[in-house]
Amino acid sequence: MEIHELTLTEVQDLLDRGELSGTDLVEGLYTRIDAVEDKVQAFLELDRERALAEAKEAGKAQIAREADPGPRAGVPVAVKDNVCTMGWKTTCASRILFNFRPPYDATVVARLRQQGHTVLGKTNMDEFAMGSSTEHSAFHPTRNPWDLTRVPGGSSGGSAAAVAAGEALFALGSDTGGSIRLPAAFCGVVGLKPTYGRVSRYGLVAYASSLDQIGPITRTVADCALALGWIAGHDPLDSTSLAAEVPDYRTFLRPEVRGLRIGLPKEYFGEGLDPEVRGAVEKAVQQLEEGGAAVLEVSLPHTEYALAAYYLIAPAEASSNLARYDGVRYGFRGEGSDIVELYSDTRRRGFGDEVKRRIMLGTYALSAGYYDAYYLNALRVRTLIRRDFEAAFQKVDVLACPTSPTVAFRLGERTDDPMQMYLSDIYTVPVNLAGLPALSVPCGLNHEGLPIGLQLIGPPLSEGRLLQVGYAYEERRGPFPRPQL
Amino acid sequence: MQKLSSEQVAHVARLARLALNETEQERFAVQLGQILAYAEKIRELDLEGVEPTAHVLGLTNVTRRDEVRASLDRDEVLRNGPEVENGYFRVPRVVEEA
Repeated sequence: MEIHELTLTEVQDLLDRGELSGTDLVEGLYTRIDAVEDKVQAFLELDRERALAEAKEAGKAQIAREADPGPRAGVPVAVKDNVCTMGWKTTCASRILFNFRPPYDATVVARLRQQGHTVLGKTNMDEFAMGSSTEHSAFHPTRNPWDLTRVPGGSSGGSAAAVAAGEALFALGSDTGGSIRLPAAFCGVVGLKPTYGRVSRYGLVAYASSLDQIGPITRTVADCALALGWIAGHDPLDSTSLAAEVPDYRTFLRPEVRGLRIGLPKEYFGEGLDPEVRGAVEKAVQQLEEGGAAVLEVSLPHTEYALAAYYLIAPAEASSNLARYDGVRYGFRGEGSDIVELYSDTRRRGFGDEVKRRIMLGTYALSAGYYDAYYLNALRVRTLIRRDFEAAFQKVDVLACPTSPTVAFRLGERTDDPMQMYLSDIYTVPVNLAGLPALSVPCGLNHEGLPIGLQLIGPPLSEGRLLQVGYAYEERRGPFPRPQL
Repeated sequence: MQKLSSEQVAHVARLARLALNETEQERFAVQLGQILAYAEKIRELDLEGVEPTAHVLGLTNVTRRDEVRASLDRDEVLRNGPEVENGYFRVPRVVEEA
């Protein structure tokens, strides 16, 4: 069996038994990368020598701790390029950070390193995580491993494509409005957006701070449980991280759903939903029902306002967060005879169109005369969205719905129409507004052989339950096919 | 179709420190108008008396001890600077001589 055909869980077992080392994994994955990366283009930075050196170093540190071996580690992780990594560039797929080398590790990366894991490479994304297709990368688009003429979804498209293509066993993504779940659905892999505050955001380049959350992308739900355990937990460097204890998420991996109440939010099954996507999601829910779960319809009445509120709140936060890119301390610098000219030229030439659109939109929504009507009212809508979910979770344990209304679209299909692009996130955005955890699990292929994602949403800190339901579904579904590359 | 005026776009671009040329101004006027027209949807709701949610956790004043701790190494940080001189980031003159 080739390394790229193994799951993270299988690899962990081999590491524990001493039958595999971190350097074997780097070699194995780079062999796969050499074979398929030309087609997929999931990465922004690859460096076999650096990855090998990191793996060797981690191996030595582990041998030094031999007295207390514990579980062996050494998994090279693909990291989205908005997560700071020492030794690797962190560009956010933007020209404005084209040469940025962070002087520190993000907490998630530091945690992985402390446990003996290493960095495999940095993955492509929509610039500053703004987009749903990875076409807004300033460097190059990434292609969907299932059909190279289609997008992998976004903004963590590189991470999802790398896992789907077997170039990585585990990738980190970030999710502000669906950026882990959408590409996971489009690429036929598992993606988890944790509860807001479950995973530290320290060292994640901020887009919309009240919505951003880092999470794992893996091939199976069991792998996702393993990976979440590695990165979750309180961090003194992120004051919004939660103090709640981190359970061993693998203890939730039981194929048991008897007595579980699953809610189908009727607003997520309405107009605009592709019939094949609907069919696949309904079939998945039926399989859970056959396993003993109770299925009932619920309503989240303010769903239709979520996307509008999101496209006021997220850009407003972005306009403030991205004010720091001024050509003074890092990255690209434009020209100008005075400081304002220097800032303005740096930003005009350093940012791509989608980033400019959102900065402008946010600046407008926060500007004098519009603040109340747009920004403040969007925050009020956010309250209504939260209450919808709170009411639903009085009746059910989890919600099940599609991750996206369609399968992966074609490259170039939506780039000229920002509004069309935004609609890809219509089922994922409400979760971020409410700060909830949600899991996307592959639930079938359409007639063109393109993956479909089932989204499971739970109340705050219910990651364990979501993983249990996801695992139970996976057991009933059986192994998911891999793309032919 | 709602559209922002060129003046409005120019004003917002100035606030955001984005130098736009005329073609860009024209394109953003149309696109931002479309997005805002969609966002107008929230006006259908009666939001009177609804508390705004800025943050889902409802946290206030997370504090830590005021202790001296190591900070990032200055040379490491300056290594990312586009123009650096004598331990400082170099920029065009900001304050004119009197």
